[in-house]
Amino acid sequence: MNLTPVPLLFEDSRPGRRCTQFAGADRAAASVGLPTSELRDTPPALPEMAEQDLLRHFTRLSQKNYAISTQFYPLGSCTMKYNPQVNEAIAMQPGWAHLHPLQDAGEVQGALKVMHQLQADLAECTGLSAVTLHPAAGAQGELTALMVLRAWLADQDQPDRRTVLIPDSAHGTNPASCTLAGFEVQSLKTGPDGLTDMEDLKSKLGPHIAGLMVTNPNTIGLFEENIAEICRLVHEAGGRVYMDGANFNAIMGVAKPGDFGIDMMHLNLHKTFSTPHGGGGPGAGPICVTEDLRKYLPAPQVVEQADGYALEVPSHSIGRVRGYHGNFMVLLRAYAYIKRLGAEGLRRVAENAVLNANYLRVKLRGHWRVPFDGICMHEFVARPTKEMKAQGVHTLDIAKRLIELNFHPPTVYFPLVVSEAIMAEPTETESKETLDTYVEAMIQIAEEALRGDEALHLAPRNTPVSRVDEARAVKDPKLCFVCG
Amino acid sequence: MPYIPNSDADRAAMLTEIGFNSVDELFAPIPKDIQVKGPMAIEPGLTELDLREHMAELASWNRPAGTRPCFLGGGTYNHDWPALVDHLQSRTEFLTAYTPYQPECSQGTLQWIYEFQSMIAELAGCEIANASMYDGASAGAEAVLMASNIKRRKKVVVSAGLHPDARHTIQTYLKHVEIEVVEAPLVDGVTDWGDLVDKDCAAVLVQQPNFFGVIEDLDQLTAQAKQADALSICSLYPVSTGLLRSPGKAGVDIVVGDGQSLGVPMGYGGPHFGFFATSQKYVRQLPGRLVGESLDTEGRRAYTLTFATREQHIRREKATSNICTNNALIALRGCIHMAALGPQGIEEVACLSRQNALALSEALTSASDSVQLAFPERAFFNEVAFRATGGDAAVLRFKNALAAAGIAGVISVSQWYADMDGVFTLACTEKTRPQHIERLAQVAAETFQMEVAL
Repeated sequence: MNLTPVPLLFEDSRPGRRCTQFAGADRAAASVGLPTSELRDTPPALPEMAEQDLLRHFTRLSQKNYAISTQFYPLGSCTMKYNPQVNEAIAMQPGWAHLHPLQDAGEVQGALKVMHQLQADLAECTGLSAVTLHPAAGAQGELTALMVLRAWLADQDQPDRRTVLIPDSAHGTNPASCTLAGFEVQSLKTGPDGLTDMEDLKSKLGPHIAGLMVTNPNTIGLFEENIAEICRLVHEAGGRVYMDGANFNAIMGVAKPGDFGIDMMHLNLHKTFSTPHGGGGPGAGPICVTEDLRKYLPAPQVVEQADGYALEVPSHSIGRVRGYHGNFMVLLRAYAYIKRLGAEGLRRVAENAVLNANYLRVKLRGHWRVPFDGICMHEFVARPTKEMKAQGVHTLDIAKRLIELNFHPPTVYFPLVVSEAIMAEPTETESKETLDTYVEAMIQIAEEALRGDEALHLAPRNTPVSRVDEARAVKDPKLCFVCG
Repeated sequence: MPYIPNSDADRAAMLTEIGFNSVDELFAPIPKDIQVKGPMAIEPGLTELDLREHMAELASWNRPAGTRPCFLGGGTYNHDWPALVDHLQSRTEFLTAYTPYQPECSQGTLQWIYEFQSMIAELAGCEIANASMYDGASAGAEAVLMASNIKRRKKVVVSAGLHPDARHTIQTYLKHVEIEVVEAPLVDGVTDWGDLVDKDCAAVLVQQPNFFGVIEDLDQLTAQAKQADALSICSLYPVSTGLLRSPGKAGVDIVVGDGQSLGVPMGYGGPHFGFFATSQKYVRQLPGRLVGESLDTEGRRAYTLTFATREQHIRREKATSNICTNNALIALRGCIHMAALGPQGIEEVACLSRQNALALSEALTSASDSVQLAFPERAFFNEVAFRATGGDAAVLRFKNALAAAGIAGVISVSQWYADMDGVFTLACTEKTRPQHIERLAQVAAETFQMEVAL
């Protein structure tokens, strides 16, 4: 980590310094015929920097990050696996990067082939035959699928079915997407075994139910063993079942959601299919649905015709939720990933992700409280013990101490159904040795917590900044440097 | 297996250590009857060498517009960026990090986002900007949703000059929350608000320059919004601010747009990034992530995600938006590119794009009597709408002739606008060369000459 403060671009700016330059610009000539009311007097006050200074600025900033390429990054539910370098090299090729979205189909047959094959492969992985690659991210995939559900309900003459059931362990995007799609949310309880409470589900089904959103494996890292029964009950009540595919990497090649009764799901290509997380996107959130819902999918779909591949708008499409055809450059990387792994490699992903998670779970359960201590899938949730809490140690302290010990912490305080949750997802791309060093660190922290070591409250002390005053950022908001 | 470090021996040792005999035992929680019976019908994996060759073969089926003279626009433009942008974006410390939830080990991402927000706010002419959106179209939809929440009104008026994809996105997003979308028509290439904007209206939205490249009157927009106590929204082509005024400075309340022109490959339409700027007073209604400056326990300057109580992971069904992941890595390109341009660079890009469009309009209208400016009374920026007297059939012939000459260009607008037979657009950037324009005019002269002969 680079501990030296990096001044803001604006602070390093010096009048007259230049990086990018173009020849032939002439403000007077450019202004001819433009309404003077719309012309500006002076150019925007962007920073003025020389090329090398910019290179240093951003290189130094990069050295203030933990990343998969530098640290173990077991951020639960985010699937921080290795991002293959070859996919980045492929995406840089002008044959992909320089395609304009409004070029005729005849000029982009390679791109359409990639999309068409990806649609087919994702359908095969999920057992759901109709796929759209349009949504920009998982949350947008959820929203799109819920709109598909609205359209289907309208066609069934059931527009008054407005309630969607969501387990209380679900990601926040599930209920937020429901609101945007005009549904009301009713929460389902998690039972003592960490699974959806079947009695609670049965009591809440009825003629007002539009559907259910279920994450499987759920956010506790457990496979919903009753999933087939859950789907049957919802169908019987006249609703459809949506699966949040955030955790699909745990079951890829092992079980197909379409086979156990799921009607719709999204996939996070930036999780299961290894496209880089990029500091918070871009992702891609394709959705896969049953054949009867294909006609509602957003525009456009890639279809194969006699003279090649083409874009087509489904007959009852819900419309579009973004510009153009999807995050193509993310789709391209996911396609390359599937090609590289093949059917066998994709199943190995699930096997190794589940093995690595269970390895961590079993090695740590003597030191940490693991509230649902059965076989987990790709991730598991732990929490501090009573004795640790008695020492005033909270999950936040554990996360910060892990940073100090050179690990990115797991997801903390989620899922909400486990207080002080520490949700770790190692992924399949970590070696036994890496897992062992993490186990050692977690055991060391457990011992420190039991004796109330002050290191836990002071951590991290070896990072560019120590704990940040988040309340101050809200009370005295500074969201921009002197602009506006 | 690719990308999996553990060997069979490692796996066996791990299984033994945790008391299992096989990996299959770990899948016991998945009932046997719903487990797959055989392998998936997906082709066997390729080696990296095979993969590279396969991808090169598929890429050769494409004819990328950006590697030849390109006059395609329609919201995505063939701009240039320095090598610096590609290099820095591919640094894996940026590429393979995630959302900076842990600020102590994410100051790199947090600081560049803060710088990004600052530069976007400067171009937009607003007080604050967020950490980015998916793209321009969805940013527009989020903007009208935000306005509707602030004003508690269920109607918005959107200019027909907004990009068709963005208009469709707004319609899709608003349909289910029962907000009415009224479209203000274009008259002679600019938005005619008529008396559509009334007291029921939450927002008024225009694109600058509009889909036909025409510069809209932002004072009209803000006046319309003001008289109805609605919010004004502008969807902005950001590089135009090298020459044109920033919408926020004209009094526009929310400025959104697509950032593709700021150092982002066209990439067959995505991922680009969307941006979202507005006034400080609306910060609690803002969608998306936001980075703020604060202090650490030692009193050192530190950046952190802030105002998270707006967001879905806290507020769930009451969140301002369902957005979670945004488009950080692409926004990083935008951040580096804006800093590389600086004030002079962005002015040069804007001026050259406009100068080239002037030269193009001159050359094309001189090339043949059968092609004229579609809106001769209107000022355009870098994109120009023409009308072919031969209608769409003539436009198609022109487009095909250009393709044969190795030139990418011509967006026929009647696919979105019913009353615009024969209207097409061409766009220029700083990469447009005089010889590209000459060649295009030559093809036009030949094609439309034949039209006359036909």
